Amino acid sequence: MEPQPLALKILNIVSAVLLAIAVWLVFFYAPLELVMGAVQKIFYFHVANAWVGMLGFIVAAVAGIAYLRTHDMKWDIVEMAAVEISLIFFLIAIVTGSIWAYPAWGTWWTWDPRLTTAAILEMIYIAYLLLRQGIEDPDRRARFGAVYTLIGGLSVPLTFISIRIFRTIHPALIGTASAASQGGFDMTAPMKLTFFFSLFTFSLIFVVLLWHRIRLGRLVEKVEQLKLKFMQ
Amino acid sequence: MKRHSSSITHHASRITRHSSLASFFRAIAAIVWKDLAAELRSRELLSAMLVFALLVILIFNFALELDVKTRATVTAGVLWVTFVFAGTLGLNRSMAIEKDRGCLDGLLLAPVDRSAIYFGKVISNLVFMFIVEAIVLPVYSVLYNTNLFKLGLIGVILLGSVGYVAVGTLLSAMAVQTRTRDVLLPILLFPVVIPVLVAAVKASSGFLQGLGLAEVMPWINQLIVYDIVFTAVAFMVFDYVVEE
Repeated sequence: MEPQPLALKILNIVSAVLLAIAVWLVFFYAPLELVMGAVQKIFYFHVANAWVGMLGFIVAAVAGIAYLRTHDMKWDIVEMAAVEISLIFFLIAIVTGSIWAYPAWGTWWTWDPRLTTAAILEMIYIAYLLLRQGIEDPDRRARFGAVYTLIGGLSVPLTFISIRIFRTIHPALIGTASAASQGGFDMTAPMKLTFFFSLFTFSLIFVVLLWHRIRLGRLVEKVEQLKLKFMQ
Repeated sequence: MKRHSSSITHHASRITRHSSLASFFRAIAAIVWKDLAAELRSRELLSAMLVFALLVILIFNFALELDVKTRATVTAGVLWVTFVFAGTLGLNRSMAIEKDRGCLDGLLLAPVDRSAIYFGKVISNLVFMFIVEAIVLPVYSVLYNTNLFKLGLIGVILLGSVGYVAVGTLLSAMAVQTRTRDVLLPILLFPVVIPVLVAAVKASSGFLQGLGLAEVMPWINQLIVYDIVFTAVAFMVFDYVVEE
């Protein structure tokens, strides 16, 4: 395996430093929110995590389409990497969301469009991993994976729309939910700075992780090829 | 089974000389006819789906205590869960038959467009689902003393089934080619088919609660859009699922 390129090494360090600064900003720079108090601080990382999950979701769908068009294995590796990262970050977003929701809404979970869609997205990713696990032929695995991310990439936004229309019958919940999770436009300037800083930091972390995971994917591919050669 | 696929091959090579659209539809018809003829002889798929659907309704009776008050609100949900579960059984079986007896290879060797195979399987799966639904509806009506024979509800069931089968056929073609096979189909299918189900359940319960057409129409419109979107995408990517 070739050593990490210099750019990646620099990014490793930069993202670690930025994350440390982001933590400092959240705890010491951003003011306490008036109504919710300290628990509101989770918001900065919660939204950033969901954002990374969303990025991964989009990258996976685009890589899936690219694979179907080109049949180039590198897109399959990108797709797999994006799905795994998105799976983990959405899970973190769901957990941090629950931690925030309990004091804010009085419940760990509501069937609000965002929460429901995130949960379904997790299920789709797990199904995707199970699908890949059941196929030995790398070419077929890549094709089926790409088809499934494409179908999932189509279905998830539709699910969001459906549930959103469906839930507007209960305006009380969606009002508070969307106002709170949209980031709110009544943030003070230090809050906004902290928010966008952590958003940027997590985007960078996404790039670094994706890069590492793609390198790992290439290594896995190489091992698989060596195994095949050895078996014959 | 072998005889069926070879007759299709023969059939198809004969019709490629005709205009392409006519031959496309004849290839679809041949596949549907093959499935229906095979089912008429074995009856294994429909009987399994039917018994399973009736059992699901029976279990719901105990699980939900379907008294008059509960019934009004949950009937649509119970019906759709029944159709979805029975549908998975049918979709799985219908593709497994193709795979096990080498019939799929025969179909793929036939000089017809791959999408004709997709639409042929979709239509025969739809026929099986409609038959099950046509039996479940009166049985449910009798058992729970509710009239389900409303034109709107039947329309919604038809539309919902189209969307469900359109995705289901594509994913079942994928599932049968994996190691885990039958177990995998519901896991793959349920999370992606949720938009269709949400719209179908809401529209059905709208009709059952006697809401006006104006209130139900948004859900029906959504259902139509989802049907078109899912059918179009499944049709576009089916080639990738069956190519060797």
